[in-house]
Amino acid sequence: MSPTLLIARKDLRSYFISPVAYIIVAIFLLLVGWMFINIFSYFVMSAGQFSQFNMGQKPNLSESVLRPLFGNMNVVLLFVAPFITMRLLAEERRDHTIELLTTAPIRGWQIVAGKFLAGAGLLAAMILATLVYPLVLELVGHPDWGVVFASYLGLILLSCTYVAIGLFWSSRTENQVVAAVLTFGTLLFFWLISWAAHRAGPVWGDVLTGLSLIGHYTNFGMGVIQSEDVVYYLSFSGFALFLTNLSVEAA
Amino acid sequence: MIEVKDLTKTYGDRAAIRGVSFSVKRGEILGFLGPNGAGKSTTMKILSGFMPATGGFASINGFNVSNQAIDAKASLGYLPENPPVYGGMSVEDYLEFAARLHGVHKAKVKAAIAEAMGKCGVADVRKRLIGNLSKGYRQRVGLAQAIAHNPPVLILDEPTVGLDPRQIIDIRNLIQSLGGDHTVILSTHILPEVQATCSRVVVIDKGQVVAEDTLQGIAARMTANSRLLLCTQKDPAPLTQQLQSIAGVVNVRAAAGASAGEFSLHVECAKGADPRAAVAELCVREGYGLLGLAQERLSLEDAFVRLITTEGH
Repeated sequence: MSPTLLIARKDLRSYFISPVAYIIVAIFLLLVGWMFINIFSYFVMSAGQFSQFNMGQKPNLSESVLRPLFGNMNVVLLFVAPFITMRLLAEERRDHTIELLTTAPIRGWQIVAGKFLAGAGLLAAMILATLVYPLVLELVGHPDWGVVFASYLGLILLSCTYVAIGLFWSSRTENQVVAAVLTFGTLLFFWLISWAAHRAGPVWGDVLTGLSLIGHYTNFGMGVIQSEDVVYYLSFSGFALFLTNLSVEAA
Repeated sequence: MIEVKDLTKTYGDRAAIRGVSFSVKRGEILGFLGPNGAGKSTTMKILSGFMPATGGFASINGFNVSNQAIDAKASLGYLPENPPVYGGMSVEDYLEFAARLHGVHKAKVKAAIAEAMGKCGVADVRKRLIGNLSKGYRQRVGLAQAIAHNPPVLILDEPTVGLDPRQIIDIRNLIQSLGGDHTVILSTHILPEVQATCSRVVVIDKGQVVAEDTLQGIAARMTANSRLLLCTQKDPAPLTQQLQSIAGVVNVRAAAGASAGEFSLHVECAKGADPRAAVAELCVREGYGLLGLAQERLSLEDAFVRLITTEGH
């Protein structure tokens, strides 16, 4: 097994040694479940009204259930991701175990990649656990599986970026709370960065809009996979991991 | 096996080590001795590749630690100041992880860690979580981690800290048995540790090497100035000036540990001088009741204290 996978396996295991991962996953699934129940029952109600009175637009599962469900999951992930990434390197620094990793005959990027895989793997598993809701919809109707697939791809790419940013902050401090707060602040800032677009002039306006973490998710939510969105998330993650690597190698 | 030349590390304008140079031959056990804060751990951290030096050169097994870092690290087993153990892992899982990280093949890892656990005396706690172990056990798990992949070079930063006397003896014996096959650097601020395990010693103080020699060499160097212990019935303080006027006497100071009805003084003598007869005669003539007069050989401990208080600044 490569050093990267060894580290990833070790960190995934240690998530489940402490109660932290169980609590985070449970809270996430509870919140998303609560959202699903309410969004879906509202859909059932408005669908009933439509067939009874033939009013308004015919609601469909993709637009009325899937899109709001995944959109809200996005918000929950914004809160949850910093708690998952905060310990990855900060804890190793606090407990001096980072010395075991950085004095082993492996490269800095292998440590960073292992940590990233552990954090992204946990988030991805957690996100995929919500597949149960589209499956429930399949029992009662016909959800658009293209939208489902694109939304999951978007969510996972977005989460990878969250993990990369969180990993960077976790490499800068030995205090997990500091790492979590800085991560959350950074994520939220990049959500809201396009707010300044309207007064930044045509060129910078486009730049700011293009930098928005959430702006690039919109297409995925509608079932459209565009290469520029994929490239955005991958390059943002790559850049954050590159900075993390510099930080780890400088020790 | 280990070459260190002009190694320097500065934090801002404070130098942790300045121009540290020494070398260790294959199979040798080198004691790296110095008071707390002298720069021992800094030097070890640079050697281990954990942090870069500001200036100078260090190599392990012929590999430069800064630009051939992976090869240098592959030759190395390292026990840092704080054993790098995961509290949430069992001893066995931890050692397996550490050994695999150091490139031990999956098929051989069980045997390798079983041997290391046996040598370090942690086989009886192999299934327990490291977080629930005592400091002594954790230290030994850290040591097992350093030797599990059988590296040619071992760097041990204060390996016996936190151990009880019995365990200290075991670990010292273990380290001694590692010499020959392995090249070992062992840092410590405890002298008997060096005396018990090392063939050669580097003394460091305030970031600089103040001596590099064999144990006997350092002790011999320091006994150049000898010292007399004078015991009398009456307090000999009034005699101080007369004692100092004797040829060959350099300094006189009260010695600690006097018992009831007995007073003692340290009389320091110049190199090669032996003023014992004159000192005895003076005490008898003045009626102070001479009880004893002995020539003291400086122990390594005294030599060490002198090295870092007189030579190093």
